[in-house]
Amino acid sequence: MVDETAPLPTRPLAPAGSPLAGLSLDALRGTAEAVLIPVGALVATAVVFGIFVALAGADPLETYELMYRGAFGTWFSWQNTLQRTAPLLLTALCVALPAQLGLVIIGGEGALVIGGMCSAAAGMAMMGAPPWLLLGVMALAGMAAGGAWIALAGALRQFRGVNETISSLLLAYIAIALMNHMVEGPLRDPASLNKPSTPPLGEANMIGSIPGLDVHWGLVFGLVACVASYVLMRRTTFGFGARMVGGNVRAARMAGLSVAKLGMITCFLAGAAAGLAGMVEVAAVHGSANGSLVAGYGYTGILIAFIARQNPLAVIPVALMFGGIAASGGLLQRRLDLPDATILVLQGIAFVMILASDTLYGRFRVFQPRG
Amino acid sequence: MTVDQGMSRRMVLGALGGAAAGTALSGFLPLSRALAAKKLVVGFIYVGPRDDFGYNQAHAEAAAMLRSMSGVKVVEEEKVPETLDVQKTMESMINLDGAELVFPTSFGYFDPHMLKVAAKYPDVEFRHCGGMFKAGTHPANTGSYFGYIDEGQYLNGIAAGHATKSKKLGFVAAKPIPQVLRNINAFTLGARSVDPSITTQVIFTGDWSMPIKEAEATNGLVNAGVDVVTCHVDSPKVVVETAERRGAFTCGYHANQAPLAPKGYLTGAEWNWITVYKDFVTKAQAGEKPGQFVRGGLKEGFIKTSAYGPAVSPESKAAGEAVKAKMMAGDFSIFSGPISTNTGKEIVAAGKTYGQTDLWLEGMDWLVEGVVGSTS
Repeated sequence: MVDETAPLPTRPLAPAGSPLAGLSLDALRGTAEAVLIPVGALVATAVVFGIFVALAGADPLETYELMYRGAFGTWFSWQNTLQRTAPLLLTALCVALPAQLGLVIIGGEGALVIGGMCSAAAGMAMMGAPPWLLLGVMALAGMAAGGAWIALAGALRQFRGVNETISSLLLAYIAIALMNHMVEGPLRDPASLNKPSTPPLGEANMIGSIPGLDVHWGLVFGLVACVASYVLMRRTTFGFGARMVGGNVRAARMAGLSVAKLGMITCFLAGAAAGLAGMVEVAAVHGSANGSLVAGYGYTGILIAFIARQNPLAVIPVALMFGGIAASGGLLQRRLDLPDATILVLQGIAFVMILASDTLYGRFRVFQPRG
Repeated sequence: MTVDQGMSRRMVLGALGGAAAGTALSGFLPLSRALAAKKLVVGFIYVGPRDDFGYNQAHAEAAAMLRSMSGVKVVEEEKVPETLDVQKTMESMINLDGAELVFPTSFGYFDPHMLKVAAKYPDVEFRHCGGMFKAGTHPANTGSYFGYIDEGQYLNGIAAGHATKSKKLGFVAAKPIPQVLRNINAFTLGARSVDPSITTQVIFTGDWSMPIKEAEATNGLVNAGVDVVTCHVDSPKVVVETAERRGAFTCGYHANQAPLAPKGYLTGAEWNWITVYKDFVTKAQAGEKPGQFVRGGLKEGFIKTSAYGPAVSPESKAAGEAVKAKMMAGDFSIFSGPISTNTGKEIVAAGKTYGQTDLWLEGMDWLVEGVVGSTS
């Protein structure tokens, strides 16, 4: 019920509406606004991107048909999309969670990389243990490392006043350099000649696929994390406090909330999500930590979180859309000879449109409460 | 929750009136295979852009040549990361395009990505650039190919050795891994065959594509008195352009960078992948199994050298051509003793020779005498 207490316009980073809110007509209007404005922005994106594609010499209708086909048109395409969605769910949370407190963290890539590296190190140390224990320790190590990494940016902000956006981004570069150093030095498997990596985990110790799907368990971790984050932020005292800090720090302090504590815990949880994504990359995909961990998932997570307007539940469909865009990108290259950057253009247009559509909230009378 | 599905459906329904769902089903394997039965569909996957003046361009140029072969359809995808993305790209090429021969060209695509997908699609042939294929260990429908481009780097070294006045050469390298170290060593040995007082300063940038560090490294080398620069990074563009601007000579790598440095470009070690790809495709079309452990150098036509630039002297050309002729005849070995490392250890005894195919060379972790730098 707490969602309805703070009006949207004063909380620019607040999540859009609540589908679970009461069934009053006014609440429905609010929900309709929160859904229709982003959908409208995406339709506008489709139009602008269509013009871009036409200018690049391809048929927009054919492009959209191929995109649909590559992303959702066949069972294989669906699995391809879901597979690509998995890490994005977790890296988007790395942005969306701190955003509840008004913190703009963009260093999820670093938390993912450091989480992946530390989970691989934990895996090396636990080699020989039963797989469930080994994977459990790896997951904890990955989450702890990723969490600590983002908490570092949070601490710099809370205690030293350093801008968390800049520090988290710079920390990402440090994380990548550190990972490269470790896999090329102390953690290197001597057998990995031309691709320095940590020793392989072994097939028996890997996270498998979800039964019946060619998608690894990372998808389930991501979905659970999104729902849990939503519940935490919308249905608990902790979340209420966090969002109050995001709405008005001084008011939160006056109310006796520990801003630093809320900030540090939230940053830790955010980093833990990205760190878990890194662990999944190691334990479900690569089988070891190496330079391939740096794949840009952390940065795509930023786009997703902003398009989802920082709502952990809305992250799910938006991540699915980005997974689909990525899955269809190859088909556009192969069939239409469009460059790889086409997909980046689409993502960029969507990002700008969604941000611009933020100004439309409260502009349409039809969505406003009556009376 | 339904925002996204609603959106994609909206786009498609609006555009196509629901026709998409029907056509979409045709993506399943048997149908697309049947449609593609006439032509052999060959898939190329690159880790970077196709026009990078480097590693990826060398493959893409060969792919472009394949297009003109009859009965061949080439599908390409660039900038595919070495993650699940590349597995899905391979599967997508197989499932949606009917690819029967796939070339994932980046080193990191081999293990686990290509091996995993290959095990899943035993009817499709996979050939990887640079990997160490082991019969029995790896799926029977996989294989690897690579070229002894250190021969080209040795010839680069001869040209550099003749051109340098300061007797200081520079090498901008990505990572201290065997393939890279072998090139640095071959380049240095080539130069020191001209004048044993020549040294090569090496700078490792840490990764395959670090344009800013590559520029800094090149500038740093030139500032330190280096007057010939070469490199082993994915795209030599930045190194070659920077060196040209600073008035230094350059030796190319991967592809031809002469257009980037019309004054200072001496020669270059280029891949000539069309030899390999044509052979694979011809075999596949004839119903034979393409080779599984394919290696070659200048003699086999796997690599070639760039045309000499205007700054190369006649005696330099003569010296380079003489060694090249020996390589073409197959009676030249780069790594024949005595060779010492730059830490003073004799690594190849006098009288001992390692031929190009020797696997010992593929585990190289040392730098020859004359190289300024260390492997760690």
